[in-house]
Amino acid sequence: MTVRDALNSALDEEMSADPKVFLMGEEVGEYQGAYKISKGLLDKYGPERVLDTPITEAGFTGIGVGAAYHGLKPVIEFMTFNFSMQAIDHIINSAAKSNYMSAGQISVPIVFRGPNGAAAGVGAQHSHCYASWYASCPGLKVLSPYSSEDARGLLKAAIRDPDPVVFLENELLYGETFPVSAEVLDSSFCVPIGKAKIEREGKDVTITAFSKMVGYALKAAEILAKEGISAEVINLRSIRPLDRDTINASVRKTNRLVTVEEGFPQHGVGAEICASVVEESFGYLDAPVERIAGADVPMPYAANLERLAVPQVEDIVRAAKRACYRSVPMAAAA
Amino acid sequence: MALSHLKSSSSGSNFLKPLATAFSLRRPISTSTDPITVETSVPFTTHRCDPPSRTVETSPQELLSFFRDMATMRRMEIAADSLYKAKLIRGFCHLYDGQEAVAVGMEAAITKKDSIITAYRDHCTFLGRGGTLLEIFSELMGRQGGCSSGKGGSMHFYKKKSGFYGGHGIVGAQVPLGCGLAFAHKYNKDDAVAFALYGDGAANQGQLFEALNISALWDLPVILVYGMGTAEWRAAKSPSYYKRGDYVPGLKVDGMDAFAVKQACKFAKEHALKSGPI
Repeated sequence: MTVRDALNSALDEEMSADPKVFLMGEEVGEYQGAYKISKGLLDKYGPERVLDTPITEAGFTGIGVGAAYHGLKPVIEFMTFNFSMQAIDHIINSAAKSNYMSAGQISVPIVFRGPNGAAAGVGAQHSHCYASWYASCPGLKVLSPYSSEDARGLLKAAIRDPDPVVFLENELLYGETFPVSAEVLDSSFCVPIGKAKIEREGKDVTITAFSKMVGYALKAAEILAKEGISAEVINLRSIRPLDRDTINASVRKTNRLVTVEEGFPQHGVGAEICASVVEESFGYLDAPVERIAGADVPMPYAANLERLAVPQVEDIVRAAKRACYRSVPMAAAA
Repeated sequence: MALSHLKSSSSGSNFLKPLATAFSLRRPISTSTDPITVETSVPFTTHRCDPPSRTVETSPQELLSFFRDMATMRRMEIAADSLYKAKLIRGFCHLYDGQEAVAVGMEAAITKKDSIITAYRDHCTFLGRGGTLLEIFSELMGRQGGCSSGKGGSMHFYKKKSGFYGGHGIVGAQVPLGCGLAFAHKYNKDDAVAFALYGDGAANQGQLFEALNISALWDLPVILVYGMGTAEWRAAKSPSYYKRGDYVPGLKVDGMDAFAVKQACKFAKEHALKSGPI
């Protein structure tokens, strides 16, 4: 099943199961979705539940949050999360904080979803990763699927969740196919929020990743295995709440950690994972934590520069080797 | 309540006693619901719609309740002001004294199934929606017995079960949220409307126009209520706020006249249910 079909089927099933769920965003209806994620939903559920909006994120996001205040369950699609910045006040101040500020009176069962991070050749303003931005905010849940199983299970869990969820997809993953079991195809299938998945077991080094970087980490693990390094790959799935228990248990087993993300390095997801491991498992670390992240520059356009600005499989392999003292440490090379 | 205070004060009130007996304050206050008609102080000015009648129906009971509620609101806000100056209320404290007629007139025209949302000047609106003085002062002073358990403060009062959705600190945010409440009313087909209250600051916010455009496009039953605030000449190129909706009809109402407000809200609710935003 492709990730696209996984998301489409999850939306379809949740809309069918609960009449309070509705979808709102640019081109979600008549155009069948900017990336065809909502294909067929307008015909099936009608214009009252699948709503095309003008290009006014602040307006329609606020309307979505207001509808959630009253008890409906909106799914708000951002064409990319870069445009969520137009509406970020409503995501943070109107949605995330309301449950706390109202001492539980107001709950906001809303999902904000759309592609996040780098695509291909779209330039600096269309390639930003927002994982660490939203994950720093109490009151939000932040999810990022990798496989079709993740996409289906996490989206269903997000729609059913009574709190605001930021659901970070990846444009380049939409067309990828993954095998899915019969259990995943069942309409009640859900993946728990806040639990990471160990995609590949290993004993020498832990590699954490989310979204597209999980695929890269798995490829890196294959290469490392040929050189005698057994890497454990953790698919975070949930950026907030972060599954600190799984990450720490893995590091206590392998004693070495490489964090991988596509977004900018400073104050990123890897920084939080590193701090968590230092706080809880410092004595178990045999090497400094290695962070692999996007380059600290706005995303360039030219293909060769773009390739250099985003982590590649070789970068993950080199970092894992550094953590295992198999290559020259960075300081000596500089 | 004010009348009984006058009666019970003893020292230095010798000069009041003859006045008190002269006006026989022991006469019971009418609770009659017989209709009385009053005329609003000024006629309504309209934009793209016909005005409602200047003649408003009320009753002695309603008149007295208006007086009682508005007087309570006024005393409450003045007390809050004193507490704030004594630093017993921290952070922000935005007061509504002067606008009591709006809160009271609006409540008289609608039900608790209709939704109201406002910005941070929310104490009296909350009281009008069924909040108690104890909840309000507890919240302002950061006590657990406050309406938001002390976690919200002056700007974050909510009473969802009687249709009050806050209490918002960010200027203008409440307007799209109010349109969203109206969306939910329409989606649920419950014949209720949403009132989104805002001031001069929010009147210039882009998100207001974005939400108004969508509301007009989708015929959402939302009423945008403008009142008060910043110096007009500093912030607004066009101070005719009731016309700012352009393609959306508007009504200019005397906010000091509770009956005009009641009539306007009744008219606006009917309009919103039939034809969308106003």
